[in-house]
Amino acid sequence: MVPFNILVGVCLFYVGLLFVVAWAAERRAARGRARWLRSPMVYTLSLSIYCTAWTFYGAVGYAARSGLEFATIYLGPSLVMVGWWWLLRKLVRVGRAQRVTSIADLISSRYGKSNILGVIVTLIAVVAATPYIALQLQSVTLSFAVFASGAPQGWALPGQGATALWVAGGLAIFTILFGTRNLDANERHHGVVMAIALEAVVKLIALLAVGIFVVWGVAGGWSEVFARIDASPIADWPLKPARWIGLTMVSAAAVVTLPRMFQVMVVENSDERHLATASWAFPLYLLLMSLFVVPIAVVGLSVLPAGANPDLFVLTLPLAFDQGKLAMLAFLGGFSSATSMVIVAAIALATMVSNHIIVPLWLALREGGARAPGDVRGLVLMSRRVSIAGILALGYTYYSLSGGSAALAAIGLIAFVGVAQILPAMLGALFWRGATGRGAAMGLVTGFLVWLYTLYLPSFGEEGLLSHAVLTEGPWGLSWLRPQALFGAEALDPLLHAVFWSLSLNTFAFLAGSLLTFPTPLERLQGLAFVNVFDHATGQGGWSRGGAEAEDLLAMSQGILGAEEAQEFFRAEAASQGRAGFLPDTTPDFIERLERRLAGSVGSATAHAMISQFAVGSAVSAQDLMAVASEAQQIMEYSAQLEAKSEELARTARQLRDANEKLTELSVQKDAFLSQISHELRTPMTSIRAFSEILMDEELPAEMRRKYAGIIQDEAIRLTGLLNDLLDLSVLENRKVQLNIRVANLHDLIDRALQAAGSTRPERSFLIHRDIAAEHVPVFTDTDRLVQVFINLISNARKYCDAERPELTIKVRRKGSRIEVDFIDNGSGIAKKSQSLIFEKFARLTDTSRAGGAGLGLAICREIMANLGGSVTYLPGQGGAAFRVTLPVRKGAPQAA
Amino acid sequence: MSRKPRPLFLERRSYRRRRMADAARVLPLLGFVLVLVPILWLPAESPTPDTVRGGVYLFTVWFGLILAAFVLSRMLGDEDDRRPPGDEG
Repeated sequence: MVPFNILVGVCLFYVGLLFVVAWAAERRAARGRARWLRSPMVYTLSLSIYCTAWTFYGAVGYAARSGLEFATIYLGPSLVMVGWWWLLRKLVRVGRAQRVTSIADLISSRYGKSNILGVIVTLIAVVAATPYIALQLQSVTLSFAVFASGAPQGWALPGQGATALWVAGGLAIFTILFGTRNLDANERHHGVVMAIALEAVVKLIALLAVGIFVVWGVAGGWSEVFARIDASPIADWPLKPARWIGLTMVSAAAVVTLPRMFQVMVVENSDERHLATASWAFPLYLLLMSLFVVPIAVVGLSVLPAGANPDLFVLTLPLAFDQGKLAMLAFLGGFSSATSMVIVAAIALATMVSNHIIVPLWLALREGGARAPGDVRGLVLMSRRVSIAGILALGYTYYSLSGGSAALAAIGLIAFVGVAQILPAMLGALFWRGATGRGAAMGLVTGFLVWLYTLYLPSFGEEGLLSHAVLTEGPWGLSWLRPQALFGAEALDPLLHAVFWSLSLNTFAFLAGSLLTFPTPLERLQGLAFVNVFDHATGQGGWSRGGAEAEDLLAMSQGILGAEEAQEFFRAEAASQGRAGFLPDTTPDFIERLERRLAGSVGSATAHAMISQFAVGSAVSAQDLMAVASEAQQIMEYSAQLEAKSEELARTARQLRDANEKLTELSVQKDAFLSQISHELRTPMTSIRAFSEILMDEELPAEMRRKYAGIIQDEAIRLTGLLNDLLDLSVLENRKVQLNIRVANLHDLIDRALQAAGSTRPERSFLIHRDIAAEHVPVFTDTDRLVQVFINLISNARKYCDAERPELTIKVRRKGSRIEVDFIDNGSGIAKKSQSLIFEKFARLTDTSRAGGAGLGLAICREIMANLGGSVTYLPGQGGAAFRVTLPVRKGAPQAA
Repeated sequence: MSRKPRPLFLERRSYRRRRMADAARVLPLLGFVLVLVPILWLPAESPTPDTVRGGVYLFTVWFGLILAAFVLSRMLGDEDDRRPPGDEG
């Protein structure tokens, strides 16, 4: 017998292990070494959350009651996986191409990015999943109770409610910690996936161990087992054809429509090819999970006392034979099954609730709509965290209200039928261009209501939500409306009855609605993109060239994706257009990609709404649609090469245009500089000449002589300084500079720079924001040169920042093998047209020479950074002038992109 | 005057691949039919106990499907990224 304390101890240790594994996986992923975390095997194992505690404990109970029928629940998904070429391949491709965040998002995105569809699907998913989560809590509680019941007196088992509460709370913490680290669905939850993969292994090993013990340890080999089966109450196989077919199909539907399965299969998928492995490996997993179910059931029935609960045979059999360790392993297996399901379900549902209900509501209620700047990212993360806690609280509430009734045991299948209502809309989304949003909504609502009425509500029992009278005689005495015999269909058992009516009425409403309504342009475009996902990347052309300003878009995206991500994305886009800096041309393609990127974080409907705030009046027009649908599109397909060429040409032209603009401006600047430099050179020369002439006068008093000589010296020093700068620049440009490489702490370098730059306009008091902790980074570079760059940037801020209360923010961030140092002030920044010029030699934005320099400072900075293997760039959209210095941690180290 | 026969290797490969894709499409249907076969045995009405027979049958079919899927995934998965144009799924 395992003492209860040890059980709790092992349990806590196991949970701790999960935390460590998840944490380590996140850490590895953050360092970019996630390859093995993302192997096909991990993907396959993560799919195993299909096997919940309902499988682990319930399958044996199911087999003990109805023999081989339990296998349909695993054969259905096996068939779907084996047939991946039909459905899953397309589903995963679409999910990745559209950056789908959840099954609700898939449906919403396909049918014109309609949020109302997202809300409907979310509602179905939450209603179906809540009892399912309650079932998992119940299974953990029950398995605890099994150990407690046989334990000696001396310690008291905390109430079952308390156990469930602890489990729910712990799971909420784990899920929030590892499930809401990233916003973008396509950034994947490495920690969570790794933890559930581990749990998948544990539950498989546990069930196999119990099975092997039962077959060889108790029964004595397969032939003995067969004999026992023949002698057992389930020797006869009362196969009911309708149930057999129905259950296989419902479980096949559920494996693609369960939100948690969609999460691991589509959203967490990192490589489509993993599906090929999963197509055989996952059925194999299911087979292994099912292999020993019947033997355990039969042996349990014959060995254990008559009243024993067959749902707990996996646990009670080893205990009956005093195999404490094996029972412990079985307990951990069941615990794993329950927890992994709850974690992933909570993440999937929370994403749906937050993206389709909370965020749209918040955006609608907020003043200024989506256009007002703000930290949407923080809001979304917070709403996800709250949703996770809310969903687990809902599960717990359901559990404590239902009091662990027997009705819960049937809830697995009831939930399957509930989510299967999404199937018609999903298949329509992927295979039928004629499916419309209104049709989908009608089908979903019809199916959902019929399911509620015929299966969900009656499942609460006769004293539950539907009265005895309604169940037996129908509402208002209308017998043809009896929940379990609609239209007089009494021949079917209640489950099948519900499957039949809900899915057929659902499909009918969906088809009829789609045939009779007319889709919006956006729906037709999305339909094209979904159904024909394998024919080249169809340009969606959802946006025509609108008035969107890249800088506004950047500011908005930073609020959602986070500053770093957004800047990186914009820079890459600009680079692909052949432009330097952070602001790409707002071409329709670019806006399309940006929208998709945002959709990965907040869902397609919200992303679309946010973008449409900027690209005013430029959503799809009828002409665009015609262009897409017409023959022209077909011809374009064949002229893809031509298109690529013209793309290339356009890019070159854009580059040339930029270069030309720059050259023209530069030539103007250069002329201006030449006169400037002659002026700069002439002024000291003139005074030197004048004063040296005076000095020739021999009668000059010694005092005056000294004074004039001093002036001559000062002017000469100024001249030399100017010439030194020019010389320095030319050496740097020719990369002939001698670098004096040393190790230093970045923090000290910034300190030095701040001190030195303090002498520039010392009358201005600056508020400096720094993150001291982040600054302690060792750098291996020419420290003097680096400090020179810092000084220059800081003095520039001191000179030019025009804010009333000037502030300077210095941010240091380490990114792989590179360090980024941002200097951001709160002035009015630099106008867009000047941003590309400031790093050029002789560039000066103000005509006044109050700065005193010759406009060489930033040019020297740029050259220094190039010599140090880094760069200095202007960072737009930060609410002031902002410069980013990027440098390698170690000069000469391989530079990660 | 005869046209030189073009090397058959590539053609053959892509032909084979397409047929494998067809097989991958047929496999689940075949599996579904095989899973439904026990209905024809009318096990509920036969006098002999048949859970063992049914179980062995089901698991054999199941394992066979897995093997077939394994072979197909090997043939299809490798070149998934070099799909010939026009191969619509």
